[in-house]
Amino acid sequence: MLQTSSNQHPVTASGLMKFVETSEGRLEILQRIDLQVASGEAVAILGASGSGKSTLLGLLAGLDEASKGEVRLFDTPLSGLDEDGRAALRAGKVGFVFQSFQLLSGMTALENVMLPLELTGHDSPDQAAAETLSQAGLAQRLHHYPSQLSGGEQQRVALARAFAPGPKVLFADEPTANLDPHTGERVAELLFRLQRHNGTVLILVTHDEMLARRCDRRLYLREGRLEAEA
Amino acid sequence: MNPFSLALRLLRRDWRAGELRLLATALVIAVASVTSVGFFTDRVERAMERQATEVLAADLRLESNQPITESLIEAADQRLLRRAQTLSFPSVMLNNGATQLVQVKAVSDTYPLRGRMRVRDSVSGEDHATESLPQPGEAWLEERLLPLLDLHIGDTIKLGQSPFRIARIISYEPDRSANLFQLAPRVMIRLDEVDKTGLLGPASRVRHYLLLAGSPSQMSDYRQWIETQSRPGIQVEDIRAARPELRIALERGGRFLRLAASTAILLCVVAVALSSRRFVERQSDTSALLRCLGASSRDVGRIFLLRLLSLGVIASLAGSLLGLAAQAVLVELIGHWFTSRIPAPSAWPLLSGLATGILVLIGFSLPSVLRLSEVPPLRVFRRHLGTPPVSYRLFLATALISLGALLMWQIGDDRLAFQLIGGLLAGMAILLLVSRLLVHLLTPLRNRTAGSWRYGLASLSRNPTTTSIQMTGFGLGITVLLVLAMVRVDLLSNWRNALPKESPNQFLINIQPGEVESVRNLLAEGGIETGGPYPMIRGRLISIDDRRISENDYRSPRAQRLATRDFNLSLATEIQSDNKILAGRWWSESEWHEPWFSVEQGLAETLGIPLGSQLAFEVAGQRISGRVENFRSVQWDSFNVNFFVIGTPGLMADLPATYITSFYLPPEKRELLHRLIQAHPSVTALDVTALMQQVRAIMDRGTLAVESVFLFTVAAGLIVLYAGIQASHELRVQETAILRTLGLSRRRLVVSVLLEFTLLGGLAGLISAALASAISYSLATSVFELPWSIDPAMWGIALFGGAAGVGLAGTLASWRLFNTPPMTVLKKA
Ligand SMILES: Nc1ncnc2c1ncn2[C@@H]1O[C@H](COP(=O)(O)OP(=O)(O)OP(=O)(O)O)[C@@H](O)[C@H]1O
Ligand SMILES: [Mg+2]
Repeated sequence: MLQTSSNQHPVTASGLMKFVETSEGRLEILQRIDLQVASGEAVAILGASGSGKSTLLGLLAGLDEASKGEVRLFDTPLSGLDEDGRAALRAGKVGFVFQSFQLLSGMTALENVMLPLELTGHDSPDQAAAETLSQAGLAQRLHHYPSQLSGGEQQRVALARAFAPGPKVLFADEPTANLDPHTGERVAELLFRLQRHNGTVLILVTHDEMLARRCDRRLYLREGRLEAEA
Repeated sequence: MNPFSLALRLLRRDWRAGELRLLATALVIAVASVTSVGFFTDRVERAMERQATEVLAADLRLESNQPITESLIEAADQRLLRRAQTLSFPSVMLNNGATQLVQVKAVSDTYPLRGRMRVRDSVSGEDHATESLPQPGEAWLEERLLPLLDLHIGDTIKLGQSPFRIARIISYEPDRSANLFQLAPRVMIRLDEVDKTGLLGPASRVRHYLLLAGSPSQMSDYRQWIETQSRPGIQVEDIRAARPELRIALERGGRFLRLAASTAILLCVVAVALSSRRFVERQSDTSALLRCLGASSRDVGRIFLLRLLSLGVIASLAGSLLGLAAQAVLVELIGHWFTSRIPAPSAWPLLSGLATGILVLIGFSLPSVLRLSEVPPLRVFRRHLGTPPVSYRLFLATALISLGALLMWQIGDDRLAFQLIGGLLAGMAILLLVSRLLVHLLTPLRNRTAGSWRYGLASLSRNPTTTSIQMTGFGLGITVLLVLAMVRVDLLSNWRNALPKESPNQFLINIQPGEVESVRNLLAEGGIETGGPYPMIRGRLISIDDRRISENDYRSPRAQRLATRDFNLSLATEIQSDNKILAGRWWSESEWHEPWFSVEQGLAETLGIPLGSQLAFEVAGQRISGRVENFRSVQWDSFNVNFFVIGTPGLMADLPATYITSFYLPPEKRELLHRLIQAHPSVTALDVTALMQQVRAIMDRGTLAVESVFLFTVAAGLIVLYAGIQASHELRVQETAILRTLGLSRRRLVVSVLLEFTLLGGLAGLISAALASAISYSLATSVFELPWSIDPAMWGIALFGGAAGVGLAGTLASWRLFNTPPMTVLKKA
């Protein structure tokens, strides 16, 4: 893997470090991360709780700023951009699924899925959203509020919302952690089906080996560094 | 992306999901109370003013000693004004060898243009309003003329060369009160019968009057026109120049109505600020998500701005309509109190409602809502990263500017507006500080208590910011309600006390020095109390500090009139009990010989008389001059005898004086008055019962209006309370769910929430009582000029009312939580 053009590597990180100052001194969360993710690739990042998985994901998605090193998203170095520039880079091309942060409680399933479409100025956001929701098996639940849906259904809505605009990269943080094994399995099923179908890059953070095994590549985060095998 | 359509969609979704209900309700109530008060006071003030125009029997009156110029009449006709003409002149009437000076008034068919005459058909009969006028050959006259000339109803009298039959007794004549101190009793005949009397010779002292009435715009048009005309010898009078009793009654009422409106605004902005804070908390997720999905902070800012503005416009319109409906009910309620029809609502309160809504949002919601664009997108991983708070300085600046603009505009009285804002700021600062302190003090208690107490206290100390913001909200709400309750009671009772049931209804004027003893004795024998008689000296002000004064030195018509007319001066050794020294001091016995004056404050302001200046008066060809030693306030609406300028005995004792007094004459003692008049025929008796009734009616209506407006303020107070309760709702949802999963019983949960709110409310009530005392003190002493006393009951009401009210309301508002299975709550998280 010598080539690093954006076509082949939409997400790369080199020499990435993150530390925060706390009352007990400097805390080094990420020591030195080098990573290249190829187009259409699904990468799993595993690690113990508190190992820095979510932190890394935030940095790769440009939600946070690195202390040192560089992230390139679609071949654009993030360090040269401000918060709004990074947001603009994400617009319509990046999707998210989170462990605990899910749906906006004030909106129905359909409206939640419409939101990213509306933001990018999609012509008929309601139609596209309804379509994606029925792909997720939720055609009957379009007008239900999150509180009326089960955890697994909520997660499927979240997946539909992430995939609806046809993102190039999807960041997922423990998308099945809160679900029972059976439901988790169905959500995972959906996630990978959509990912394959769209050719989306998937960067999946999890501590679930089973889930990770479905990915093309598994990386382990240990003491602030990424390692290829357990 | 089209932020506008997205904003509208989000608005619609939020609305459906109930996200914006509190903010919108606060806004709707703010706008509704402002507009209804606006509509209502606008209409009532115009109606009251119209009613007060009865004092002139017209909206505008021209007075001259020549027949009113044809061009002035034509100009009135061109403007489609209604008009009436009257003239009045002194004449001598004879009967059985007795003679009496009378004031004849001849009126045209359309008289009076405003108000109605009241008459009696017999001496003992009830008086009633009438639309009719003396018929040809009839004369109506004042009752006191009957004993003076030994006349009876039905008798015929001669005026000049023609006979008139006495048909009725005039008990009230609208424009009579404008010059109360006219000495001679009234005889009224028809204008077209004046010529017959042959009394209008060239030497007669006739005053001609042109009375005009029309819509406000017609009148102001005419008023402006007439200002530009040269009109030698013609005086223009409108209502503002009329009796001070009425003017003051009106001004006080208007001030209070506007104060009530402003209070509603104050309460609603607190509610809007509280509910905005909650809105922002709840919208942080939306913002974080939007930013994750690629919206720039400008986009997010624009979306929220548009959302807020559209909410503002919709809520303001809804509020305005609600206000319009509410004022219609109010007007319906009190409309029949007015003798004239209440004018239709004008459009401006609607516009002002819209402006109010937007201003309130800009001042109290926008700064914090715009901070939503600064939510770090990382919040999607780290939930504690919320919306950064608005800097205190920015919040204060926008809040102050918008509130200042609103209040100055609504109250139209900068001083009162500044006082209110100052009070609000100081109150907020004190409440924030004290509540922080209390939370601090409560924290250690929580470890020494158990059970529900422990949870109740814990909820208060766990989130000090929310607690102190809540307490500030409750405190402000309670404070404003208390202040209004106190000032309202004070004002209304003082307003009424200014005119107690037995306040003077009779004046005796023109008592000669030699008659004072005998008059005093006669009254004392009849068991009638009077502070007088007081000496009265007619004098004209010539100069202030050796600068001659003339009409041209002054702008206002009132000042111009005062500068040219004779004053009633008096001398006194003691200050009258209802007068109050505002600057300088009253003279002591050793200073009676000093050449000093005491001047009524309002007069000093109008004429620009500084304390310590030298005044010169011309009295009966003599010139007296003295220094202004003090300023006095005078309760003009008391109907006691009062004087603009009072001198020391040393300055005025040698001047020619007549005496004057006022007293309350119970109806059953009328006969005493007849005896008095017969014994002292040169003394003039004036009956002001009817004028007093008019002033009373204005006060009653004013009171009723104020009471109704007060209801809106109460509604605003309740919404503040509700917003305060909702401020901690999110936290409590989580907590109750967790506590219940941990096995806390429902009963204990209810008790702990009840305790939490009761404590909050009680403490807020206590702080409020202190604040309210301070505010009402400053309002009572400096704005309304009323006496003030500390009210222990108010402290009790504040403490227990706050505790019970907030405690119960808070618990009830949380009731649903106690019944929701904790699972539902936790799943949402
Ligand atoms: N702003 C911060 N200040 C202090 N410590 C922080 C901060 N951000 C992250 N950390 C710490 O960095 C470490 C990594 O956190 P992160 O959330 O990335 O872990 P994680 O691997 O996602 O854990 P989990 O599997 O439990 O979600 C944790 O120990 C966390 O406490
Ligand atoms: Mg994590």
